[in-house]
Order: sequence, then structure tokens, then C-alpha cells
Amino acid sequence: MAVTTFAAIDVGSYELEMKIFEISQKNKIVMVDHIRHVIELGKDTYTHGKVSFENIDELCNVLKKFTVVMDEYQVKSYTAYATSAIREAENKEIILDRIHVSTGINVKVLSNSEQRFLCYKALSSREEEFESFIKESTAIVDVGAGSIQISLFDKHSLVTTQNIKLGSLRIRELLYNISNGRQHFDRLIEELINNDIQTFKRMFLKDRPIKNIIAIGEYVVYFARKGTDNKLKSMMSRKQFLERFSTFNEKSPQQISDKLGITEEQASLLIPCAQVYKKFIEETETENIWIPGVDLCDGIAAEYAIMTKKLAFRHDFQEDIVGAARIIAKRYKANLNHIAILEANVTNIFDAIKKYHGLGKRERLLLQISAILHDCGKYVSMSSPAECSYNIIMSTEIIGLSHIEREVVANVVKYNTMDLPGNGSEISISDKSKYLLIIKLTAMLRVANAMDRSHKQKFKDFKTTLNGGRLMLTTFTNEDITLEKGLVEAKAELFEEIYGIKPVLRQKVLH
Amino acid sequence: MADMVNFEDTKYYTNRELSWIDFNHRILGEARDKTNKLFERLKFLSITASNLDEFYMVRVASLKDMAHAGYTKTDISGMKPQEQLKAINEKVHSFVNLQYSTYNRSLIPLLHQNGLKMLGSFDEMNEEQKEYADRYFKEEVYPVLTPMAVDSSRPFPLIRNKTLNIAALMNEKNSKDEELEFATVQVPSVLPRFVKLPSDGKTTSIILLETIIQNNIDKLFLNYNVICSYPYRIMRNADFSIEEEEAADLLKEIKKQLKKRQWGEVIRLETDEKIDKRLLKILKKELHIKEEDIFRINGPLDLTFLMKLYGIDGFSKFKDKKYVPQPVPGINSEEDIFTQISRGDILLHHPYMTFDPVVQFIRQASRDENVLAIKQTLYRVSGNSPIIASLAEAAENGKQVTVLVELKARFDEENNIIWAQKLEKAGCHVIYGLLGLKTHSKITLVVRREEDGIKRYVHLGTGNYNDATAKLYTDMGMFTCNTQIGEDATAVFNMISGYSEPRSWNKLSLAPHWLRDKFMYLIRREIKFAKEGKDAFITAKMNSLCDRKIIAALYEASAAGVKINLIIRGICCLKTGIPGVSDNITVRSIVGMFLEHSRIFYFHNDGNEEVYMGSADWMPRNLDKRVEILFPVEDENLKNEVIHILQVQLEDNMKAQMMNEKGEYIKIDRRGRKKLCAQEYFCQEAEERTKNKESGRRSKVFIPMENTKDGD
Repeated sequence: MAVTTFAAIDVGSYELEMKIFEISQKNKIVMVDHIRHVIELGKDTYTHGKVSFENIDELCNVLKKFTVVMDEYQVKSYTAYATSAIREAENKEIILDRIHVSTGINVKVLSNSEQRFLCYKALSSREEEFESFIKESTAIVDVGAGSIQISLFDKHSLVTTQNIKLGSLRIRELLYNISNGRQHFDRLIEELINNDIQTFKRMFLKDRPIKNIIAIGEYVVYFARKGTDNKLKSMMSRKQFLERFSTFNEKSPQQISDKLGITEEQASLLIPCAQVYKKFIEETETENIWIPGVDLCDGIAAEYAIMTKKLAFRHDFQEDIVGAARIIAKRYKANLNHIAILEANVTNIFDAIKKYHGLGKRERLLLQISAILHDCGKYVSMSSPAECSYNIIMSTEIIGLSHIEREVVANVVKYNTMDLPGNGSEISISDKSKYLLIIKLTAMLRVANAMDRSHKQKFKDFKTTLNGGRLMLTTFTNEDITLEKGLVEAKAELFEEIYGIKPVLRQKVLH
Repeated sequence: MADMVNFEDTKYYTNRELSWIDFNHRILGEARDKTNKLFERLKFLSITASNLDEFYMVRVASLKDMAHAGYTKTDISGMKPQEQLKAINEKVHSFVNLQYSTYNRSLIPLLHQNGLKMLGSFDEMNEEQKEYADRYFKEEVYPVLTPMAVDSSRPFPLIRNKTLNIAALMNEKNSKDEELEFATVQVPSVLPRFVKLPSDGKTTSIILLETIIQNNIDKLFLNYNVICSYPYRIMRNADFSIEEEEAADLLKEIKKQLKKRQWGEVIRLETDEKIDKRLLKILKKELHIKEEDIFRINGPLDLTFLMKLYGIDGFSKFKDKKYVPQPVPGINSEEDIFTQISRGDILLHHPYMTFDPVVQFIRQASRDENVLAIKQTLYRVSGNSPIIASLAEAAENGKQVTVLVELKARFDEENNIIWAQKLEKAGCHVIYGLLGLKTHSKITLVVRREEDGIKRYVHLGTGNYNDATAKLYTDMGMFTCNTQIGEDATAVFNMISGYSEPRSWNKLSLAPHWLRDKFMYLIRREIKFAKEGKDAFITAKMNSLCDRKIIAALYEASAAGVKINLIIRGICCLKTGIPGVSDNITVRSIVGMFLEHSRIFYFHNDGNEEVYMGSADWMPRNLDKRVEILFPVEDENLKNEVIHILQVQLEDNMKAQMMNEKGEYIKIDRRGRKKLCAQEYFCQEAEERTKNKESGRRSKVFIPMENTKDGD
């Protein structure tokens, strides 16, 4: 009997949520319990900068009760993630420590892009619908309490993702006190979101008509409820959505809460949320709206199932991350041919010296992304591309990467061309233990980059062989590789230092 | 023009209190029914008395509160509290007269004829009996009496609610002073209310405890001459409201309020009709009671002792044979209950079928190594409940046990506090009810780890988890391991544990938030079909119907052509036979040896029939102030079985009474029809099923109901 019981905990901005799942080959991921507790951590953080003492207490109490439920189901393992309310709180570390000490639960803080990536992984548990929906150009629009995330899909893969710091809770807190009356409130929301959505449209939707919207996030689910029998109307046409919106918009939060059987509080958050969707639908060509009703917990479970190899999904999430990175490179007019060869070369080297670096799949992905983004900074400045690349990467979200992973990538790119500081602690990274990883990856990237210095793709296909402390890189090109030979030698210093192997370029001329 | 009718017009509604008195009247009818066995009639009379007591303590008390507070809002039938009190008063006075004429003119003579003599005084005793009674007084009664005299230095004592007391007038011996003094003594509730006297063997002689005390009253006041003594009894306002918001500890608060119940306003005084005027005057003054709230009784006060009298040895031919609940078809004792539930949903119909599987369900769960958790709501439990014992055992066996014990279950508060604490000690997670809501739903969830993962077993019912009342109340229950119901059951307990409600429900409908809408939806759906010219009907069985919105919807349905048959045991504020309003509605009430208690709702739904059962009546308190569960019966066989049960009840022409257009309940005209008593029918049916099963035939036997009505 291969059933694993798993608990996913979401310490959200508005709610604490736990889902208990059973994961098995036979039934895939099945939710067996779902408990929620409303606690507005976001309200604290967004208005006062930190979570109040009382709310931390309540948070710990509820999490403590969660552990009882976990015991009840004899849960084997769990993952607990916190999102923006904790992430942005000044007293983040204290909160996490308090939780750990009083409940034993380790809560990890998700970066925004990880969080969104998880939500999108959750969709994979609805594989059939998901795959058929993203055949056409699709946007995943996730309106949360703290921010809106818009991710674009084209031909099955993720293209871009953008975060706009305007969530339901934020909008409400921002406008509630300054508006007088509902109509005024509505107009203010329009104005507030209009600007952001217009900008997004100008930047990313130029030639990409959106056909479908997948609406995820906690409030839109309420919007999709059919009356009070609570059934979810998960597929809607543009017309249906807008009609529903207009009947809905005539009602007060009180009436909405009565009609949908939700609290007034929830209703008051639902209004700005629905406004955002409406605006987005109006601004695009959207025809279909899918409200799958999945949330972060479902994503956590999917991630766990993939990670522990309990399940495999058809959709290649890794490819999405790589795809997103490519789009960024493209936006900064990187030399795509060079990038392609560099990607191939560097992963080739990575695979060849696996025994020496001892790194895994995830690090290989980071290396690949570093290669893709290695010269995006040239878009800004030819004279200090390293610094510029670093800054671009640090301020661009890459879906699926954590903040720290993004820091690693940015540093690898930076030190690809710049000298490493003599002392590792001078590298700017929040997790110092990643220092060595940065150096290891940088060493490989430097060599691979040198191999295509001329950007002429002379090393289109080459063979790697390890031969007594030497890494033979054999190419079959007929072109002159003197430049590369010299450069590799110069750039290989770090590589040799770290791995104790000397990379050597060899040419086998074809006749 | 039908659309112009205002279905909420108060003229279409009956006051719920008056309707309740009618219900008690129907029970009294059973006490007066000569076709019932003599001792059964005693029991019915006793029930009318205890019902009336509760009615006063709760309903009349709260009306009095409203009247005192100057509350003038009218009820469903347009009556102000003051008007209701007046009407109730008139009706109860004549009701009590009928109670006692039944007792004095029918039952007492019949008892005497059949060898049971109720002695009214010592004069009717022989010497041996007198001596016995006196000795009984001296040895058993005297030591526990606390006589209390009232004078300038001793204020009028606290007379406890519902207790029987004797008031006496006396004057001091050897005193020149002619002034009369008042004294009172409680008839001890620790002693049996009646005493069986030695007799010649042919006749059993019974004397009431108060008569023994009265006869010996001078022994209590040795320095006085007792002029006269009469029994009396008071009823106090017991409708306490708890300030839940402010109560830090509900448990403590309820304990405190229970004590206070002894101090509530006196709202009824019962006394012997021959009571001395001077004595009555003192009582009236001290108890602050108005003339109209005094009941002068011709006979023993507090007829609830008749229930005890029913239990005396012998006289078995005057009692119904005790019915033995039959095994549940589909449940055997060899296999574990979980395997059996996995085979398909199982329906239970108590008390025709035994309640034992429910007890077994929890017992087996408490010992089953694969069971992870047991969760249950408890409203009223029996003394020494095997369910409580199993829950405690489960907790000791390391299972997660969550129990909601409703501390606010009226008149069971004390009992429930004891159980709750016992469970807590055993390691159960006990929830003492929910703020502002009574948890009336009856649901048990067993979570079990099986081959394929978590599996949930659920029992849902219409009656309490009380193995004692399950032998007396007709209730329905269902075992299921339907995944969707299992999910909902989990959500119910999450909600009860204080978590947010689920995003959606699969199968269950819950009060207070969703149930009312569900019923309205179901009724409206029938209206829609009726308007489309399709067949539309509703059959519903419940204990009480007094929700204005539901009734208005039923009127609207009737007006639209929906045929509605209601089987309502007690209160019914709906009126039948109003042209254009309720001419498609019938109401019948079944009062029999078992207390009708199940709630069943059957909607035709254009042929896709839907059957629901649950814990809620169509009353505002059930729909708005309680946690209630309505569940569907979806298995085709079980659904048919439930429909069959409803049909048999609709055919009852023995114990059922129909409401006529004047609001009176009339026995059903049996001319040309076979006699049919639904309760007896179900008893026989259950027995036959057992027999058939024992003789090897496993098939279910349904006995078709033939309508033998004449051609007219």
C-alpha cells in the first residue's frame, strides 16, 4: 500500500490553511481534509509593517491545533510555507522562531515567484483541463491579498510573469478610508488598477492576444460560486463573467455575503478582486475564463509529489523556468545563437565533471539560466555589462526560482567576467553558504563562455573526455580556434583551482 | 388573482402555543381512548402532565418575560404576548379539568375494578394498613422532613421549582392569641411518591406520600394545633438565558444558572381545590401569583407519578407487550461493521430496528487498530451510556476523539456536564457547544486508514445518540461511507472545532447558514414543476412546523397546485383547507405508543424523487439558531424504503388524526378501510423480516399497501 499522507500548510495574508493529502500512484493526489482559519496577518504587515503580538499568538495557537490534526491522520511529512504577510513583515525572523518553538513547525518563507510557480504547479493536478486550456495563448491571473501576478503562456510553455503589488487586501486598505461611498470606491479601484494593467499591456501584450484566462487566488473562487448551494461554476465565457460581474457590482458587501454565504469581510475583499479580473478581461481579447479553485496548498502537494518522485506529471515545469529565462534574454536583445551554444557547452561540461563538483539537477538548472542571462547587461551598457546584468537579474522575477537562487544566478553572471573578490564573504548574497556554489558555477561558465568568445559557434558539437587530470574538449570544426584556445587557458585558472582539472581545447580537423 | 394573496397574512397561521396544547390534547386523547390498555392510558396521562410542566417552565415563562418587558410584537398568528397568555390560560384550565376528569372518572374506577386501589385518605384503610403507613412515616418519612414555620422572625422560605409541598395553618397550643400561623413542608423527592400498602392479595392498595404526611402533620408541629393542610406545587420561570458573550467559562456559567433556576418567578400554582381560603391567600401573597395562574385541582397534584405507577409489579395484561427492537436487515453480527457499511448504505428505523449497530459502530471503532479518529455530536445521552464509555475507551486507545457535548440541551444540562467532564478526563477533545448556537445535529464520523488511504464512515440520524430513548422514539438513521458525505462530515467537525466553513458542501445541508435556503429551493422547485403543469408533490414528516417563511412557501406551493402531505406530530402553525391558500395541503398527527420523532422530507422533483432526512424541524429555532444537518438518501432501495415508511404513515387510520379546516384534529374515517396502525405495522414488518431471514430467505419483503377505499 503506497499511500503517503502529506500535509500542506499555507500561512497566508488572510487565512491559515492546511490541507491533508493522500498521494498514491493509483489515485494521484487526493485531498482528505481541509481546514481554514481566518487571521488577517496581511492587514498588520501592509499597514503597520509587522505582525502584531496578538496575531502571532493566535497564529501559533492555530498552528498548534493543526499539528493535532496532522497527528490524527498520522501525517508522514509536511511543508509549511508563508507568503507575503510574513515575507514583508519586519519581525519575520521572530515570527518564524516563535512558531518553531511553540509548535515545532518549520515555516519557510516563499518568494513571490516561488509562490506563483507553486500555484501554477497546482494546476498540473488538473492536467487534462490545464493542457487543453494552454494550447491557446493563456494568462494565469492570480489576484491575491497582497499582489496580482500575471503569467503568460504561449504554445504550452510559460512566457513571462509579472507581479503587480496590488492585491485585494492592499487595494481595500488603500482606498477604504479615502473613498466616500461604494460608487466612488469603484471608480477609485478602476483608476488605481487601470494604470498598472495598461502598463502591463503595453509591455507584454503587444502582439499577443490573450484568449484564455485561468483565474486563481483565494477570492475569485467565491465569485464563481453558484448561489448558496456553493457549487463552483468553474468555466465561464467572457459574456457570462461580465454579466455576473454587473449583477454583482450592484450589491453591497452585506448583500453579497448573504447571497454567497460568505462573511462580509470576504465580500469586501472580493469586490476589488473581481474588479481586477473584469478590467483585465476588458483590456484583452479573453474569451474563456477558467476558475479551477486550486490554491497554494495544492501546489505544495504537487511539488512534494514531484520532488519525492511519487508522481510524474506530463508538463515539464523545469522547461517553463528555462523558457521564462529565455524570454528575458530576448527582451534584452541577447545574442541568441551564442546563448544556445553556451547553454549546450556549459551543461556539457557540467555533466562531464559530475564526479568533481557533486552538484545536482537544480544547480544544473541555475547554471543553464546563468548562461542564458549572462550578457543581458550589455543592453544597458557595453562598458560594465557584469554589473548591469547583475542588476537586471536582481530586479526581474524568474518564475520558479527562489530569491536566493536568483541571487546565485545574478552573481554567477557577474563574476563570469569580473574578478572574484579574494574573500568569499564579500560576495553580495543573503545566504553565505551559497558562496561556494557561486564559485563552482562561475568556474564552469567562464570556460564555456571562452569556448565561444568569437560568437561564431565554432564549438557547435564537441566531445568531452576526462584524461588524467585533464578535461579534453574536442571540437570537429575546421575553423581557426586559436583565439578560443588562448582564452580558455586564461579563463581556466579558477576551474583548475577548484576542480583540480585542466580544461584543454583540441581540434580534430575534418576532411 | 392568486398572486395577490399575501401568504404571510397572520390570519393564515395558528399560534404555536395553542397548537402545542392541541398536541397535548391528542396525547390526552390516548389516555381517554378505551381501546388502549389501562396502564398505557396511565402512561399517556402522565406524559401530558410532564409535558405541561415543561411547557410552563419554558414557553409560558418566556411569554411572561415578554409581557413584563412590555414587548408587544405579535407572533406568527398576530397575537401579542399578553393575548397569548390569556388564551393559553383559558385553554390550559379546561385541559387540566379534562386531565382530572379522565383520572377520576375513568382511570381510578377502572383501576379499582381491576385490583388497584388508590386510597384518598387514611379513612379508607384497614387497621393493618394504617399501622403500616404510620410506621412508614415514622421510620422513613419523618427523618427527611424539614417543616418550616413562617412568622415575623422567620421569612417565607424558598419553595423549590416543581416540588410538591404541604401548606398548613395552625395556632399555638395554650396560646390565647387567636392568630393563625403558616407552615410549609416539602414532600421529600427522595422518597417514592406512593407507597404500596399490605393487602389481602386480591387488591393492591396504594397511598400517596403526601397523604401519609398530611395524616401525620401534627407530629411535625408538636406545640401547635394544625387547623388544616393542603398540598401545593409551584412552577417557576426556568427559561434562563446565558450571556454567552460574557461568559468566560460556559461550563461554570451554566452551573451557576442551574442554581438560579430555583429562584425564577412563580408562574403557576397548583393546589387542592378544597384548599382553605386563608391558606391560599397567604400563598398568593408570598408567591406573588395572580388568580388566573392558580390551578385548583380535584385530585393528586403532579400526575407524573403515574409513570412510576405503570412500573409496579403485576398487571401485565393491562400493559402492552414490550416490543423487542429487531435486528437491522443488512447488518450481521459476524462481520465487522465497516465491511458491512462498505457494501452499501444501511438504513436504520428505530425503535422497530435495534439501535445496537450504532453502539457497536462506536465500540468497534474504539478498538479497531486502523481507526484514526472518532468524532461525534452528543445532545442528550442516556444515563450510563455505552457510547460515552466507548468514546472514552477510544481516547485511551490513542485515537483522536472529538466530541461536541451540547451543554445547552435544555433540562439535560447537569447530566451533560458530568459526561463532558468524564470524557475530558479520558483524553477526548470535548467541545462544549458553540457560541450562540445549539448543536442539534446527530452525526458520527469514524476515520479509518485502509489499503487505499483514508476512508470515512459516517452515521447520520434524526434522533439523539441515546440508547434508552431509541427504544421509545421513532427515528431514522443511516450508515454510509460515501466519499462526498465523508468529506462533508469532516467539514462539519472542522467547523464545530472553530475553523472556517468549507468552500462548498457536497451532499449535506447545514443550519444555520444553508439549510433554510435548501428547503426553500426544494419547495420552489416543486412550485416550478406545478406551474409547468407537471406532477408536483411534497411529503414531509417532522415534529413541529412553525416557520413563517416555510409555511408561506408551502401555501404558495399549494396555490400553484403542489400536493402537500404533512405528518406533524406536535405544533403546526399551518392551517389546512383555506381556499386558494392551502387546499392542497393535508396535515396529520400520529400519537402512539412510541414518540414520533423522525424528520423525513420527500420531494417529487418531476420524477427524480429526492428523499432527505435530518435533525431539523421546520421551526425558526432549528433553521436559524442551531447546527442541524439534512442528508439525502440516495441509494435506490433505501430511498424506496423511506418512501414506503412515509406511505404507511399516510395510511394510518388508527393513531393518526387529521387537521380539518377549523384547525381541529379529527380521527380518520375508517369506513370501508382496513385498520392500519403505522407503528404496529412497522413492528410486525420488522419482526417478519427477522423471521424470514431466520428461515433462510434473505430477500426483503415489502408488503404492498392496498388502498381499499370505496368507489366514492
